Amino acid sequence: MADVVVSSRARLARNLDGVAFPDRLTSELADGVLRRVHSAVDAFGGGWSFVRLAELEPVDRQVLVEKHLISPQQMQEPQRAALAVRDDEGLSLMVNEEDHLRLQAFQPGLSVRETLAEALAADDRLEETLDFSFTPELGYLTACPTNVGTGLRLSVMLHLGGLVRTRGIAQLLQVLPKLGLAVRGLYGEGTEAAGDLFQVSNQITLGQAEEEVAASIERAAQQIIDQERAARRMLKDQALAQTRDRVHRALGVLRYAQLLSGQEAMQLLSEVRLGVEMGLLQVSPEVVNELLVMTLPGFLARTMGHELQALEERGARARTIRERLQKEGV
Amino acid sequence: MQCQSCGIRPATVHLTRIVDGQVEQAHLCAQCAQESGEIAMLADPAALLQSLLANFAGAGGPELQTTQQTVCPTCGFRFGEFRTTGRLGCPDCYEHFRAELEPMLRRLHGTTEHRGKLPRRRGGAFERDRRLGALRKDLQQAVAREEYEEAARLRDELRRLEAEGG
Repeated sequence: MADVVVSSRARLARNLDGVAFPDRLTSELADGVLRRVHSAVDAFGGGWSFVRLAELEPVDRQVLVEKHLISPQQMQEPQRAALAVRDDEGLSLMVNEEDHLRLQAFQPGLSVRETLAEALAADDRLEETLDFSFTPELGYLTACPTNVGTGLRLSVMLHLGGLVRTRGIAQLLQVLPKLGLAVRGLYGEGTEAAGDLFQVSNQITLGQAEEEVAASIERAAQQIIDQERAARRMLKDQALAQTRDRVHRALGVLRYAQLLSGQEAMQLLSEVRLGVEMGLLQVSPEVVNELLVMTLPGFLARTMGHELQALEERGARARTIRERLQKEGV
Repeated sequence: MQCQSCGIRPATVHLTRIVDGQVEQAHLCAQCAQESGEIAMLADPAALLQSLLANFAGAGGPELQTTQQTVCPTCGFRFGEFRTTGRLGCPDCYEHFRAELEPMLRRLHGTTEHRGKLPRRRGGAFERDRRLGALRKDLQQAVAREEYEEAARLRDELRRLEAEGG
């Protein structure tokens, strides 16, 4: 599965009982939410850190967005927001985003049930000390009615390099919404998703139990995996020489380029990823995953220790990739 | 005309495209058009969602015009604000604006009834309520179908469960 599914994520939206949603809170009340969540997280024991976003440098906030630990909205308005995160970053809590709490569990590969179980277990522990807004009819109440009920958004991130190259992707993008699933490019939209990374998630949160949602996401993921593998077989059978040429060229450019835009790096990394997944290139998939994150603007700025001008950023990106590949002996 | 993709919402985006020399027509709703990547209507998905929700909220006719001014007594939120933000003010808004929200929830989720997790500590009471509700409904249906033996069994179970709660 790991050759198609990059990662799985479960998110639960929760709000404290008897407290207005974050948009409507005075600073004092917002601060009260932060403190209550902070002490609930303290009760988890060690291995967690709690940080108020206002206390971070902007570049560090951007890095957190690039790691999907906070939302772009929180980066813009850090005053009332906080992040609680387990040391391995596999479990985290956004505080005072659209809802008081956004609990997130994250794992590499296809681990829908595992991330769900982890999120629900953490939710149970939070409920030992916190009362969440809940009614038996509507379930967990959320600021936006699109999340009410379970408050659950389950998603898988897939690398669909084969389907994009064989034009199978358009069909997939049409079918999934009919199954109540949302699909979007991780970076960019629709068939133009940069890096050929797509996120598939549930849309419905009311009237479907958590396990049912997990089952439908897993079913969909399995079908997409099958289609993607078929597309790769097609590339191998009908266009092996061309595919081999493309993935090696991409690796060559990454290995020697001196300037790389974010868009170009993502596209080249996708080619290399496809080469690895199809067994045409000997590069560890972890290196590709790592580079994808390390070459985002916030990471580069933090590594360099200051905000980067456009040209400087492209240079830093190319150097980061060159050095990492060299270290890997590629 | 309904959207060709979801078959639920009305088609508001009409596309003509040429694929491999063939002219194709597509009739999609705004949401599916956005999701299919056929058209970048609004760069920000959150903004699109908000405008969709606003349309849902605004589609109610004259009686809704009055609720635009209605204020949630708990948090002071005006339902009219929902049209611009797509967000409610507080948990009690769900109760105060129930009439406006129910049709919207039905359109978004296909139901207005939660299934799934109950809060851990307080969940026991909710669980019992859920079972009582289900039993009462089954009982009514059994009576309507004139299945009196089944109805009697359900009635006994209902009484037992009610007695358990004290």
